[in-house]
Amino acid sequence: MKYRILEIRRYPSAVAGLVIIALLLGISIYTIITIPYSEAIRIWRGGEEEVQDVPKNAQPVWVNFFRKTKLTETIILNTLEDADNANGQVTKVVTTGASGKSVIDITFAFEYLYDTFPQALTLHMTPIYQSGTPFVTATWVTPDNREIPLKDLKIQAPETYRISQDTRLRKNLENQPPEQGLFADPFLETPAPLKGRYELRLHVTVFEEGADLDAKFVMHGQVYGLAGTDHKRRDLTVALLWGTPIALSFGLLAALGTTLTTMVIAALGVWFGGWLDGLIQRVTEVNMILPFLPLLIMVGTLYSRSIWIMLGASILLSVFGAGIKGYRAIFLQVKESAYIEAARSYGASNTRIVFTYLIPRIIPVLIPALVNVIPTFVFLEATLAVLGLGDPVIPTWGKIIDDARSNGALFQGQYYWVLEPSSILMLTGLAFAMVGFALDRIFNPKLRGI
Amino acid sequence: MADSTIPVHVKAEVSVRVNPVLSSISRVIKFMGIKAVVLFFTVVVGVYLTILVANMGGYVDQIQRGQIQEQIATQVLNDPSFKLLAADVRAQRIADITRMAEHRAGLDQPFMVRSVRFLTNALSLNLGRALYMNSDGGSRQVRRIILERLPSTLVLFATENFLNFFLSIFFALALSRKYASFWDRVIITLSPTSSAPGWFYGLFLILIFAAQFGILPYGGMVAAPPPDTPINYFLSLCQHLVLPVFALLLSTIFGNVYAWRTFFLIYSSEDYVDMAKAKGLSSRDIERRYILRPTLPVIITNFALALITVWQGAIVLETIFNWPGLGRLTFQAIGLFDTPVIVGSTVIYAYLLAITVFLLEFIYTLVDPRVKIGSEGRRV
Repeated sequence: MKYRILEIRRYPSAVAGLVIIALLLGISIYTIITIPYSEAIRIWRGGEEEVQDVPKNAQPVWVNFFRKTKLTETIILNTLEDADNANGQVTKVVTTGASGKSVIDITFAFEYLYDTFPQALTLHMTPIYQSGTPFVTATWVTPDNREIPLKDLKIQAPETYRISQDTRLRKNLENQPPEQGLFADPFLETPAPLKGRYELRLHVTVFEEGADLDAKFVMHGQVYGLAGTDHKRRDLTVALLWGTPIALSFGLLAALGTTLTTMVIAALGVWFGGWLDGLIQRVTEVNMILPFLPLLIMVGTLYSRSIWIMLGASILLSVFGAGIKGYRAIFLQVKESAYIEAARSYGASNTRIVFTYLIPRIIPVLIPALVNVIPTFVFLEATLAVLGLGDPVIPTWGKIIDDARSNGALFQGQYYWVLEPSSILMLTGLAFAMVGFALDRIFNPKLRGI
Repeated sequence: MADSTIPVHVKAEVSVRVNPVLSSISRVIKFMGIKAVVLFFTVVVGVYLTILVANMGGYVDQIQRGQIQEQIATQVLNDPSFKLLAADVRAQRIADITRMAEHRAGLDQPFMVRSVRFLTNALSLNLGRALYMNSDGGSRQVRRIILERLPSTLVLFATENFLNFFLSIFFALALSRKYASFWDRVIITLSPTSSAPGWFYGLFLILIFAAQFGILPYGGMVAAPPPDTPINYFLSLCQHLVLPVFALLLSTIFGNVYAWRTFFLIYSSEDYVDMAKAKGLSSRDIERRYILRPTLPVIITNFALALITVWQGAIVLETIFNWPGLGRLTFQAIGLFDTPVIVGSTVIYAYLLAITVFLLEFIYTLVDPRVKIGSEGRRV
């Protein structure tokens, strides 16, 4: 047995499959440890705070490797966090004046080396004061040292200034959207960004001692993260990562549940024969014409969309599958062998014969079947999700595909949104199928010559 | 042909041919009759199980109750004589009417009795009225809605299965001739791709041919204003058929070709094939009579199983391609929670599967010599 499994090394495709499966297992373990289940759900269903710094429908960062025209990355600069992060610098200088009045100069400086315009520009400000409201004058400085006044603001409470939605600024910029007008090279006919160092200067006047103001500048780019984002500004990385353990466990549990039960049923039918065997045969025939997917759909719409209920239902519906006939044929042969007769003659009980003598004989057939059926169930989960019957809470690959499809990703050229989950699905399916294929040949010598 | 070199045998065959034709026809009819009866009972059991699943939480009842209550509420609102009654008397009247209507609908009977009635209704395709959906003709009858969608589904699947069967046989035969050649290895390597369902390849195909190159439509069955001449209509239909059919083919053909090629190889190592070769028959004759012929029953069984899976994958494939068939209807019904339509289409799927199995059984009897000759060897 062990020797046979080692034989798999002779099949390069199966080795590749095993490597992929190992990788997927690694990803699953990593995901479960780093992003706990409840955390994943919180992020995935998160509200405004969770996603406000994330651009909408942004492509993954790595697309820039393959592009000549570089897409804008997302830049977040915060006076509270880092003075000097990878994207730019934040400086905050406080000049104390007379009678508690002081001036705070905040500068967000960043290099803009992209060929597209950003999605949006936002400035979040949080004041600290007793009675005198801080006053902010925001100015935009371009690489060619033009100074564009943005807006004067009185900050009474934490406030968000959406630069991209400022209609007055838009008028001043010759009716270009601010996120375009602020970056555009003034000497070009077709708008294209001027590359170089940009600055957003905030000149803050506070009127009492201890008053302060912190600000965060967010530039929503066209790319974000390793996997991009969806229409709800959610980072797809979370869903792709969490989809892995879900898909693997769904596939494995369903495959195990189905094949093992099928095997036991076939063995019992053959051993006891008579009406039991007949009943099992008839049930198998009925099951063959039972519309599997429509029934699952009914369960999903009428009772529960929980992935575990669906798992149970699909196991129940596939137990009496076509596999039973194949196993039955093998068991019928095994039943006549001499060692079974020997067992019977020394008075072994029925359960002993079935479980210790009959069933082990079928394991060589069972293992390839088990591995081969895993992709079917992995794809089944995706199928259900695409039908809108995915688990309402857990992020899965199928649900990403469903979101992408129903939001017209294919029409709008957001291919990453469809391609990422589907390539991982394909890879997973293929990995198991390739291993199963090799196992089939190893355990069934009849196939080996062919 | 080759047989003519042994005239004795030919004579023997001719002399017994008159009777066997008739008897083999009657045997085929008898066999098919038994199959039809068995399949019908299978359908009955299948549909009954469907009803049990649908009514496990009493949803079918709830739907009916809701309909009755709504009907009576509007009836009472429109009836001026009710307005004069005192509030408690009116409530009493409404409760009475409701109870009577429910009794008429049989809702007060025990579930076992009702389920039998549901079963006869479902079997006679008396599927009730949809909650929200309409047929294009404006009918609320679930049967109408479903029958309207059925032809589109049939067109798609008939085309795909026809192509699939003959292409698979053709390639499988070609590969079995050139065993272990380069293409043989390619197909073996590709055969695991059949584990992905058709809709999955559909996504990629739409991405490549519709979104990227724009040479084929994204979906639908005909162009947006339907072409007016039958020829243009047909051409438009063909154009829209390409991608979904191709997607289904991609998801099945490699697995089929691999499996069937293996069957061919197994059968071509039989002694009688060597014998035929020794007799000097042409390889075409050997292939047709000694390899293809005995393999067909196995292939048809294999094909039937694959077909059943494909039928069910239809639901998502049609959704992806906006194909106005039964599958998309089911999908829309899920979105609207239109339970009668969901139950109805499940029943129709059960029928379709049974009909498919029956047709393939029929072909099986035509190609399986054991049925015609009437030997005792029964299939397991």
